[in-house]
Amino acid sequence: MNFNATLIGQMITFGLLVLFTMKYVWPPIIQAMQDRQKQIADGLASAERGLREQELAKAKAAQMLKEAKQQAAEIVAQANKRANEIIEQSKTEARSEGNRQLAAAQAEIEQEVNRAREQLRSQVVSLAIAGASKILKHEVDEAANAAMLEDLVTQL
Amino acid sequence: MSETGHSATGYIIHHLTNLRFDLTQGRFLHGEEIGGFGVLHVDTMFFSISLGVLFCWLFRKAARTATSGIPGPLQNFCEIMVGFVDTQVKDSFHGRNPVIAPLALTIFVWVFLWNAMDLIPVDLLPAIAGMLGIPYLRVVPSTDLNSTFGMSISVLLLVYYYSIKVKGPGHFAMEVLTHPFGKWFMPFNLLLRIVEDLAKPISLGLRLFGNLYAGELIFILIALLPWWIQFTLGWPWAVFHLLIITLQAFIFMVLTIVYLSMAHEDH
Repeated sequence: MNFNATLIGQMITFGLLVLFTMKYVWPPIIQAMQDRQKQIADGLASAERGLREQELAKAKAAQMLKEAKQQAAEIVAQANKRANEIIEQSKTEARSEGNRQLAAAQAEIEQEVNRAREQLRSQVVSLAIAGASKILKHEVDEAANAAMLEDLVTQL
Repeated sequence: MSETGHSATGYIIHHLTNLRFDLTQGRFLHGEEIGGFGVLHVDTMFFSISLGVLFCWLFRKAARTATSGIPGPLQNFCEIMVGFVDTQVKDSFHGRNPVIAPLALTIFVWVFLWNAMDLIPVDLLPAIAGMLGIPYLRVVPSTDLNSTFGMSISVLLLVYYYSIKVKGPGHFAMEVLTHPFGKWFMPFNLLLRIVEDLAKPISLGLRLFGNLYAGELIFILIALLPWWIQFTLGWPWAVFHLLIITLQAFIFMVLTIVYLSMAHEDH
């Protein structure tokens, strides 16, 4: 066990290894590690930001939902009001139409009654005349009786 | 492997002998030959460079395809290591220095891989090497003082480099001479500083070496037992060693960071 040229050889080897590590091994690996560290930090930060934005969006959505509900309620109320109005209007129209038809029907009935009455009157006159002429035979002045009967008819 | 005392000693010594190549003579050394400073431990160099290449390949593969998106298993693993080391560096070092963190990562993973070689059965690789005609093989680079001191001395050089660079030569010299007892104790201060700075690489290098050397030695001793009893000791020791190898790699890394951060700060 003694010192010899191996010592120098090992020192040279060591120096070369250190140089190699310094130039080709350490920088890329440490760079990759630092980059990843940064990426992870960025990722975490953006996740945090995303979370906050999501919360904001949630609040906004809730607000919008509330407004929409309110609007819907307003629309329903308006629709109900309008429906009631339409029903009322329809009712009024129906009522007036009914009245109109009733009046027309009454007028028609009256007309019918008048016509029937006229017809009846004229038939009564002729019937009376026929009756009278049967009763009195030819002894009656037709003209005078007719005038008298006419009188009678008007009094009916 | 439990034979006579002599062959047991020979077995241990054989396991603790490096494959030595004398650069000055241009030949492999055999037996008890020690050689001078020109000797190279081929096995130590081979395994530490192989493990270094493994480390570079693995982490480079992860780094090349590194994405900030969803990481794959390999990238995940490398990111765990990088993140772990980065945390350690940020905990004890507050300046800005692009070298320290990659340096710490290299030390941690490389030393860990060195130590992990200790978990391979002690006879496996030397036996394979023996079949290939290689007489000696030590597979754990951190049981070679040259490895641990190569690293700790490099760390010390970096400490000096940054001390002088950050504080300026004049200020650094003032600090060496006047700390901690003021300018009237200059020689004494200098002596203290020398002891302090010698203690750094020696404690770093010897701690790692001592732990792993002892660990390997115990594995070798366990391997001397009859084969049917070995697992009763080998298994607990291996489990315990899992802790040791990680801990030693971690300690080496943390102390390096601490020393380098001290180099950046005024006393």
